Amino acid sequence: MIQALFNILIFPGVAFLFAFSLIAEFVDRKICARLQNRMGPPWFQPLADFIKLLGKENIVPCNADVRIFKFMPVLALAASAASFLYIPLWRAKAPHSFDGDVIVVLYLLTIPTLTYFLGGWYSRSVYSMIGAIRSLTQLFAYEVPLFMSILASALLANSWNLSEIAQFYSRNHGLWLFNFIGFSVALISLLGKLEKTPFDIPEAETEIVAGSFTEYSGKLLAFFRLSLDVEMVVGASLLAAVFLPFGIGFTPAIGFIVYIAKVLAIVAMISLLRTLFARLRLDQMITLCWKYFAPLAFLQVIINLVLKGVFFK
Amino acid sequence: MHNTQDVQVPFGPQHPALKEPESFLITLRGEKITSSSVKIGYNHRGIEKACEERTYIQDLYLIERVCGICSHSHATAFVQAVEEIAGLEVPRRALYIRSLIGELERVHSHLLWLGVAGHEIGFDTLLMYTWRDREVVMDILALLTGNRVNYGMNTIGGARRDITSSQAKAVLKAVDTLEERTKYYIKIATQETTIIKRLSGVGVLSKKDAISLGAVGPTARASGVARDVRKDDPYAAYAELDFKVITADTCDVYGRTVVRVLELMESYKMIRQILKDMPEGPIAVRAPRKIPVGEAVSRYEAPRGEDFHYVRSNGTEKPDRVKVRAPTLANVQAVSKMLEDRYLADMPIVIAAIDPCFSCTDRSIVIKNSVSRGSKTIPWEVLHVQSIEWYKEHKGIDFSGLNKKYAKNFKI
Repeated sequence: MIQALFNILIFPGVAFLFAFSLIAEFVDRKICARLQNRMGPPWFQPLADFIKLLGKENIVPCNADVRIFKFMPVLALAASAASFLYIPLWRAKAPHSFDGDVIVVLYLLTIPTLTYFLGGWYSRSVYSMIGAIRSLTQLFAYEVPLFMSILASALLANSWNLSEIAQFYSRNHGLWLFNFIGFSVALISLLGKLEKTPFDIPEAETEIVAGSFTEYSGKLLAFFRLSLDVEMVVGASLLAAVFLPFGIGFTPAIGFIVYIAKVLAIVAMISLLRTLFARLRLDQMITLCWKYFAPLAFLQVIINLVLKGVFFK
Repeated sequence: MHNTQDVQVPFGPQHPALKEPESFLITLRGEKITSSSVKIGYNHRGIEKACEERTYIQDLYLIERVCGICSHSHATAFVQAVEEIAGLEVPRRALYIRSLIGELERVHSHLLWLGVAGHEIGFDTLLMYTWRDREVVMDILALLTGNRVNYGMNTIGGARRDITSSQAKAVLKAVDTLEERTKYYIKIATQETTIIKRLSGVGVLSKKDAISLGAVGPTARASGVARDVRKDDPYAAYAELDFKVITADTCDVYGRTVVRVLELMESYKMIRQILKDMPEGPIAVRAPRKIPVGEAVSRYEAPRGEDFHYVRSNGTEKPDRVKVRAPTLANVQAVSKMLEDRYLADMPIVIAAIDPCFSCTDRSIVIKNSVSRGSKTIPWEVLHVQSIEWYKEHKGIDFSGLNKKYAKNFKI
């Protein structure tokens, strides 16, 4: 009982996750800044921002639905933190796992986007409402390629259990290389989920101020921002578990270091991608996702089906 | 047509995409813009009126502060008009110095624009890179004039500071660096996929529309109108310089970008020519304190387009009337046309593509009465009385004794 509570609340649960999220945000910001020829923030900047926002005044617009407006940031944080418990990090088994948890994780990772929509919609400001609609429209574009590429990987492992998928790939060396297309598609879809350039359409600063978050301030904004960071770490961990299955068999200490390195490498790739491109338009983004990424993910499914037919009859 | 699906979105006066307060009210259906209206006049500073209260030399410093970016353009346009009235023969060396500062100013303005354009389409890396390189030209301007902006290089009858040979060497070195960097930006702007996707076909202004709406500068040149005061009506040293007027026929934001980056290359060419051919001699002639009666119009090709100044003198040391028409006023009319049938996402870049400078443009405010929809004009005298009354009532200060001349005229 105490062990389970410790797992959920401290390690590798909420406390570790929040600390790691803030570190990941720092790495993202620092790499991005160095690529753009800037100095970048000091290591404690994300934490300082978070504490500063906690101390700021909470302003709720008078037209907004107060309950939904205040509940959404908490829900976003809770949903993304909960999905972390089902992902195998450095041990062979996730803290909690059951058959079909890959579906639950993907579902829990969709909830934050829905909260951005609802929070923005019930702010009742034009910018928030446009941002909200954009988040939801974008969701329908990137979600399908992301799901298909992760499910393609699950298909080959013949399991709907994330821990078993990870174990399968670490047992069969080199097999993960066949999932490269799926990994690329999932990484780019993750950019859409995290609302980062070139898919930062829902919070395009120069168009709609801050999108869904325009009316948010103080603690509520702090929670929303933290939930985005948590989503980044959870998303990166999910990709690492499904597509980069090294280090699971090692001792916990080495496995832990390998895990941190894998997640930070994915974060670094995200930072690199977001310095390389201009923001796309919503219509261009949807075209890109449906015309190129969805077929590519589908190709991955076919490849894995063939592999399965050939090697694992 | 206004139906329930339409949403009105205020784009300004305060908005992250706008660097200065201006209002664009757009009506959206989904992501599409169905109508847009431009409202300027949030930044009126009364500079023209203030010019009438100051001497010509004092005006020069005031006029230079019309714009923070093209300050040299406004100052040069103003002195050209005054020199024409006074019939002054400006030394050739001074004309070359004016052209040199003018071209360096164009370089820094275009690099600034490229960064802003990158930011508007969410490409912050381009902003960081161009603004880093812009520091090179800013340092050169500081070396030549002592200031990064508002150079104070002009005086009536010539230039205030000479260019030494060591300064000329520093300029040439900086131009080499900038040319190399600009070639890289030309490559980025014409080859990077997401930039092209976001810029081409956006904000189209046909050649016919550009002419009928009176567009100027790079905005007009990108629509295929070869309109450049430096060629059409040469001033300073431009008649003796060899340069091309860059035009594009794509008529969109992409064309405006290409025109600006290629103009940078022309500017580097001109800077080298100016430094090579700069004649020896004095840099200024003595100007009279009182300018004889007369009026003059002066045109100048600022980085944003044609800058137009009108000066009327009455034989005293203060001008009778100064009129400034900044290039943005000519271009801002075209924005509504460019936004027709575009997406909300194109709005920031379409506005940015005319390189707007709104506080230079704003000259007067017309306040619409929201009840009767009519406009009300408040005469100067009434405004003066009102301001004195306001200060008496709210701050307890009596300004009525301050300006005897007005007190006599308006019988307070």
